[in-house]
Amino acid sequence: MTWEEFQRIQTRRSFFRDCACGIGTAAFAHLLGLEGRTLAAILPRDNPLAPRQPHFAPKAKNVIFMFMEGGPSQIDLFDPKPALQKYHGQSLPESMTKDLPLAFIKPTAAVLASPRTFKPAGECGMELSDWLPHLASVADDICLIRSMHTDAFNHHPGQLLLFTGTTQFGRPTLGAWVVYGLGSESQNLPGFVVLTSGVGTSGGATNFSSGFLPSHYQGVLFRSSGDPILYLSNPPGVTRQMQRASLDVLRDLNEERLQATGDVEIASRIAAYELAFRMQMAAPELLDFSDEPTHIREMYGVDKEPTRPFAVNCLLARRLVERGVRFVMLMHASWDDHTELNKKLKKNCDITDRPAAALIKDLKQRGMLDETLVVWGGEFGRTPMAEIRKPEEADNAGRDHHPVAYSMWLAGGGIKGGQVVGKTDELCFKIVEDPIHVHDLQATILHCLGFDHTRLTYRYMGRDFRLTDVSGHVVKKLLA
Amino acid sequence: MDSGIIAPKMRWAAWFWASTLASVLPAAEPALPAPVKEKIEFRRHVEPIFKAKCHACHGPAQQMNGLRLDNREAALAGGYSGAVIKPGDSAGSRLIQLVAGLEKGKIMPPAGPRLSPKEVAILRAWIEQGASWPESSTSPPPRAGISHWAFRPPVKPEPPAVRQRSWVRNPVDAFILARLEAEGISPSPEASRTTLIRRLSLDLTGLPPRPQDVAEFLTDNRPDAYERLVDRLLASPHFGEKWARHWLDLAHYADSDGYEKDLPRPHAWRWRHWVIEALNRDMPFDQFTIEQIAGDLLPGATVEQKIATGFHRNTLTNREAGVDRNEARFEQLVSRVNTVGTTWLGLTVGCAQCHDHKYDPITQRDYYQLFAYFDRAEEDEIDAPLPGEIGPYLRALPEYRRKRQELLDRYGIAALQAEWERNLREAAAHPGKRLDWDFQLTSFRAMVDAGEKILNTPPEKRTEKQQRRLSDYFIRNPGPDFSKDKALMGKLKELREQLDKLDAEFPALSQAPVLVENSEPPKTHVYLRGDYRRRGVEVQPQPLTWLLAVREDAAPNRLTLARWLVSRDNPLTARVTVNRLWQELFGRGLVATSEDFGTQGEKPSHPELLDWLAVEFMDRGWSVKQMIRLIVTSATYRQSSEARPELEARDPDNRLLARQSRLRLPAELIRDSALAVSGLLNPEVGGRSIRPPQPADLEKLGYANSVKWPESQGKDRYRRGLYIHFQRTVPYPQLMNFDAPDSNVSCSRRRRSNTPLQALNLLNDPVFFEAAVALADRVLREAPPRQEARLDYAFRLCLARSPSPRERERLTKFLDEQLGWMKADPTAARALYPAAGGSDPSEPAAWVAVSRVLLNLDEFITRE
Repeated sequence: MTWEEFQRIQTRRSFFRDCACGIGTAAFAHLLGLEGRTLAAILPRDNPLAPRQPHFAPKAKNVIFMFMEGGPSQIDLFDPKPALQKYHGQSLPESMTKDLPLAFIKPTAAVLASPRTFKPAGECGMELSDWLPHLASVADDICLIRSMHTDAFNHHPGQLLLFTGTTQFGRPTLGAWVVYGLGSESQNLPGFVVLTSGVGTSGGATNFSSGFLPSHYQGVLFRSSGDPILYLSNPPGVTRQMQRASLDVLRDLNEERLQATGDVEIASRIAAYELAFRMQMAAPELLDFSDEPTHIREMYGVDKEPTRPFAVNCLLARRLVERGVRFVMLMHASWDDHTELNKKLKKNCDITDRPAAALIKDLKQRGMLDETLVVWGGEFGRTPMAEIRKPEEADNAGRDHHPVAYSMWLAGGGIKGGQVVGKTDELCFKIVEDPIHVHDLQATILHCLGFDHTRLTYRYMGRDFRLTDVSGHVVKKLLA
Repeated sequence: MDSGIIAPKMRWAAWFWASTLASVLPAAEPALPAPVKEKIEFRRHVEPIFKAKCHACHGPAQQMNGLRLDNREAALAGGYSGAVIKPGDSAGSRLIQLVAGLEKGKIMPPAGPRLSPKEVAILRAWIEQGASWPESSTSPPPRAGISHWAFRPPVKPEPPAVRQRSWVRNPVDAFILARLEAEGISPSPEASRTTLIRRLSLDLTGLPPRPQDVAEFLTDNRPDAYERLVDRLLASPHFGEKWARHWLDLAHYADSDGYEKDLPRPHAWRWRHWVIEALNRDMPFDQFTIEQIAGDLLPGATVEQKIATGFHRNTLTNREAGVDRNEARFEQLVSRVNTVGTTWLGLTVGCAQCHDHKYDPITQRDYYQLFAYFDRAEEDEIDAPLPGEIGPYLRALPEYRRKRQELLDRYGIAALQAEWERNLREAAAHPGKRLDWDFQLTSFRAMVDAGEKILNTPPEKRTEKQQRRLSDYFIRNPGPDFSKDKALMGKLKELREQLDKLDAEFPALSQAPVLVENSEPPKTHVYLRGDYRRRGVEVQPQPLTWLLAVREDAAPNRLTLARWLVSRDNPLTARVTVNRLWQELFGRGLVATSEDFGTQGEKPSHPELLDWLAVEFMDRGWSVKQMIRLIVTSATYRQSSEARPELEARDPDNRLLARQSRLRLPAELIRDSALAVSGLLNPEVGGRSIRPPQPADLEKLGYANSVKWPESQGKDRYRRGLYIHFQRTVPYPQLMNFDAPDSNVSCSRRRRSNTPLQALNLLNDPVFFEAAVALADRVLREAPPRQEARLDYAFRLCLARSPSPRERERLTKFLDEQLGWMKADPTAARALYPAAGGSDPSEPAAWVAVSRVLLNLDEFITRE
């Protein structure tokens, strides 16, 4: 072997090792000895995950979406309604409840006042529930929306609408749209990662599906136990050295076939195997929190119950974003408190409040909050009326689904923190100021990332589809 | 005719706005101007107003909400919400109410200049005076778009003349070659025989050829050796498995309900079994269609014909307790219509659920006329015994009935259940009275199909099945009152265990989900904006008559729809179907958008060939096998798939077919191939679904631990991918990694992506690793005990060919290296090959490493 040949092979190998899913230089043709072909014949047609520029200068580069599945009670957390005390135990007049979409309870159900106390938090004085003390400590960084509304009043349809813009199946989800639009900065991790805690969601995989977009954009589930990514670990007995040697022979044989057939898909496959190997190498380091100082671990609460499961995911979310992952979705289930609201809501707050606030603080102190958009919320809210399934039991009361008026919060890239947007009536029954539909939320999220939501489209079945379907307006009030 | 204030699909927005705007806007009551006094002439006074203010949305170009105001007949008929002009009653005419802004939150036109009070007064006067409209106006012009190529019946063209006649094996080739010659391109040479047998085996049966099949084919010197191979593969029982999968994609088959609870559907497989058998028997496609659309309506319908209607039972079922039952049913009917539209017509019919189709001539009325066929059907479950089931069942039945009744009697179920039923009926009659029973009733409605109907049928009039469905539910959900009685709950638990035991031993008949015609069909309406609560005008069942008329006296049922679909004069069904066969055999249809033959779909690359094939298909009695045989015996199909650099720029998508295509295998076939070459495959055809091993905590992703994954045992673990239990909210990862559709909507063509997760899946999934170990075992067991012979055998098992010298050299180097490592590290070797026990594990372990490489080769998961 001559020195040139040796160099050529070395370069080629490192080239395959370093490039992500696709290959993007003309030199590749030379390296593979496929001179004389047109460029189009050699290159895999575009790397689907290559970083791309949005429509205009973005405020945020990444998204962390904390999806609180089931519908957290805005009345007990975000939207104080002292007037409910006045009506507690009474039915509302029929004129108010007529046509109200209700899943379980009847229009005659009695009003349930919140036992929570609310205090002004931060310099902005935003009122938050006593069960969110940690969130209160970052009140000046978050933008609380009290006027969200949606069209669906059951969980799975509601989740489909929140993430795909329609209650129909088969459409891409928010995370998939974002990675489709922006690509990924990471060379060795997926662009869209999903982390779960709690009991599992109604929507399951449909909440992070790529729908009709290519499957490169589908969310990759990182699991909290076992392999973080499915099939990440080598089978028993396969050492790292052996895996590398196997990939080397695999690459050489695949190159043989590439030479023989000229099918560029083989070049993509070689690159995909190399990325897989890099994921295997990168993941353990990602998951190893030993480099996190004690005060950070304590701030999130990663080492103790009940915060641990959600804290681990929040810290992981920061580490993923640090490593260039575009969209991280944390799903925590379930906030669907039809019964025993006081007990169950407390439990979820105890699990999630500290880590969620810690994530904001941590991102901020690292200067990452400016370019990371953080979203917190569920698919709808909960009724001001009580749902009681076991009347004989004390404290059995919960709340039904309420799609007409509920709360969410946003923080970070492009968002004006320390403000409350929107207002509901004195019973939190309806919105009286600044209604924000889920399509508006989606449009605003895409806006923060530099997209005109009407122009981020994908042609399918003869039509250009978009996340916001045929509606949605950017909510300027939310923006910094 | 809705105002632009309300965005489409904002279901609750209407309610929200109605109440909010009322409080925000000044409550000025819009006044209705009095009619003008003078005599109104339509042409002079009215038409100019319509033209200026209405025709943009209700004129010749589009008819929003079905209303057009440029034609007398159409205008008086009204829109989807009903009539808008009531001659003689202007105040009662919706037209006037809307232009005057009398309806809260709505005014017409929604944008641009409104009608002046004077103009409203003119329109009022016109209506008061009888709404006369000169007779000169003609009936509405035909719809735009119906002259689109796909909506005209196919005519069989003569295969074109070509210069290189020797290349032509059958008429298919004439069409392909004529185009290539016109472009000055020569076709590719025929692929090697090993490539051909591997291609054919994978395309026709979904399984790679065995080394002995390859050897036999290579030594068969008869001139028709290829055709004989084709015939053998077409006759294989695995043919039905391979081709059923495409059909299952269209029907969006799954083994669970979907939505939140996503309960398993233990009987869904029975329809899949029907499909496999029908394809294996080469049931003519027209019959195949009729039985699936309306098998239950055929005179003297057999059980199998009823099972065929299970096609429509792949719709999702939302059992969230809070679901609105009417909405849930509406969604299912929508799914049925859309699926039929995609599957048979290749049209995006679903677009017309909410409004007239924007591009194709499908109106919203058309949509609900199709919908009406399915609105008249109800779901049912029937006994669907497989051969051999009936005897044991009948023998065991009397004893089983007796024992079950004894158990129910012993625990006094009849009386308890009667009380429970009474409470449920009470809750239904007086909601809000007892909250705990309200909830019990809500759950009951969501969980027991047609439960309320049974509840309201006196016990003595219920069928055995109905009674049983209720008892089984009661015993598991005895309601709030009994739940407080600890002793009773203990008893019921005891009873459940005994009943479960009794059931486990009883040879029950297979069941099948089917459709049956409702004897008292409900009225079907246009649903405004596709919202199930907003009824428009009533419609009758009718197919797309602009595409093909239907006889006036045809019964308004699914059988008429089915026969219309497979009528020889239907321009779409045959084209759409042969195009899909083509798609599976070349990786791309002649119409690339196989799901959309409408005006937005791609134009056919070879329109004459498509039409020739469509007519040929019908001429051959709709025989799918004959059409596949015709295509795969063509010279076009037999070409090499090697890239042609000189054509990359000219024909990057290989539309001209100057070569075959190299295609990554679908998800199921990747599994099947690994199992087949390693010798693990259980080739049993048909039957129930299986659950192969998957990471243990994956099922937790399902809602509230409702998804269970009891791993299949024994040889069931090694059945083909087609049989993997499809759990909609937590699908089997290997299927999803390799682009299997999510089964929530109809899928006409799969993607072929190329991702790192696929690499991890093949490298590290225990199922594939087990195959690697088995392949190593097999090679060591079956090949002559020499390294070269073993390598050769392993290659032939996996790729149907021997390795090239370079490949052999590289793999030998790898094998030697691995042998060295294994010898040096026996612990790792033993971990890799635990079966070695006390003996030296290094050789089998090194072969496991080689096998693993072979199963990961791009060529292994590709059909060339």
